[in-house]
Amino acid sequence: MIYVDRYKCGYCGTCVAVCPEAAIDLLETFIDINDNMCKACDICVKICPIGALVDEE
Amino acid sequence: MKNRYDIVVVGAGPGGSMAAKVAAMGGLDVLLVEKRQEIGSPIRCAEGVSKKGLKKFLPQIKKEWISCEVEGARIYSPDGTMVEMAEEMAGSEVGYVLERKIFDRDLATLSGDAGADVYAKTNVTDLVLKDGVVKGVKGKHLGRSFEVECNLVIGADGTESKIGRMGGIDTTLKPIDIESGVEYIMTDIEVNDLCNFYLGNDIAPGGYAWMFPKGDNMANIGLAVLGKYLIKKNVKRPIDYLNKFVKEHYKDGKIVSVVFGGIPVSRPIKTISNGIMLVGDAARFTDPITGGGILKAMESGIMAGETAIDAIEAEDFSENELKKYEDKWRPTIGMKNERNYLIKEFFINLSDEKLNDLARSINEVKIKEMSVTGLIAMLIEKNPKTLENLSEILLKYL
Repeated sequence: MIYVDRYKCGYCGTCVAVCPEAAIDLLETFIDINDNMCKACDICVKICPIGALVDEE
Repeated sequence: MKNRYDIVVVGAGPGGSMAAKVAAMGGLDVLLVEKRQEIGSPIRCAEGVSKKGLKKFLPQIKKEWISCEVEGARIYSPDGTMVEMAEEMAGSEVGYVLERKIFDRDLATLSGDAGADVYAKTNVTDLVLKDGVVKGVKGKHLGRSFEVECNLVIGADGTESKIGRMGGIDTTLKPIDIESGVEYIMTDIEVNDLCNFYLGNDIAPGGYAWMFPKGDNMANIGLAVLGKYLIKKNVKRPIDYLNKFVKEHYKDGKIVSVVFGGIPVSRPIKTISNGIMLVGDAARFTDPITGGGILKAMESGIMAGETAIDAIEAEDFSENELKKYEDKWRPTIGMKNERNYLIKEFFINLSDEKLNDLARSINEVKIKEMSVTGLIAMLIEKNPKTLENLSEILLKYL
């Protein structure tokens, strides 16, 4: 499960652009990850400029 | 909001607003929606733009759009060797650092003045498709669901674009094709009236750091790192690189804003499908070398707006009709981006030592042509042997 640290997240949408499953949405200040579509490839976790996404196994 | 429009433009950045403006001026019924509650905010941009380029699309530049005028650029190699590019005439400004919050809102206003309906805090959640053909969009405005009919949708929805994917265009960026960026707007620092670029594998691997002045004692200071350097194990993040850079160069500065953003640096992609055109960052039109996207967004927005007018007149919204849009951008934006993608690939593979050597080869020379190609032409002139491959790329696209 990918978890978003909302205190860190700058809602820039970089994670949305790289998600191969189109599982991430950005609405205003809110990153929404669809856990059913997410395959935990962790590309979003790694690409985030500030490290706001964390893969919690 | 009406039940039916000729065209819906999703995203009110410079690309979407120009598309909406051109289409509305051409007599189309246009809906321009922006998911954020405030157009132009938060910014995700270093805000630098060429003066000549901006005037091409907006002959009347309003002073409120401009934070600062710049006279040239300085590029620092990893060991600090400085290459300066400036117009020969002192005092001739070549670029602007914009105030995007005001600029973007004014552009959206221009589209409204041209007759487009504009709605902020309005999100498109789905396309209405029938047999693969666009029949409308579904969305939410202030939390209330709505559906409007239309035959054409322009996706100007930025780096995180969803419109392409909804319409069957895969716009997913691989880590090698996106820069992950972070920027501080800092005050209480010394600035010059130049755009400053810092290169180096310890500063910003696969990207660069920048300092763009925003006024007296104020600047956009940021950097971007190429995704391929972030997917390895135990690497620093862009924010760590920036904090190191700021500590070394601007340690007494005050951070008044924090800005994040992903910058596409890919080759040109497919930008059309039945009833859909993508513009600006959504179409991955940012320059692969500089990361600049404002002007290409505006240019592609205008092209898409013009194509929409033709499509409505022909009552043909097929991918085949919309090829007119690709025919417009491929020889212009597409050619430059393809070339600059290859140039970028060449430069990101150079070691710091090589970059220092190259900088030293031209740091005494006056570079009069204020452009990436002007700079590269000078580098090739001084290093014909070592840059043979680069010169081949350049010649291919002359």
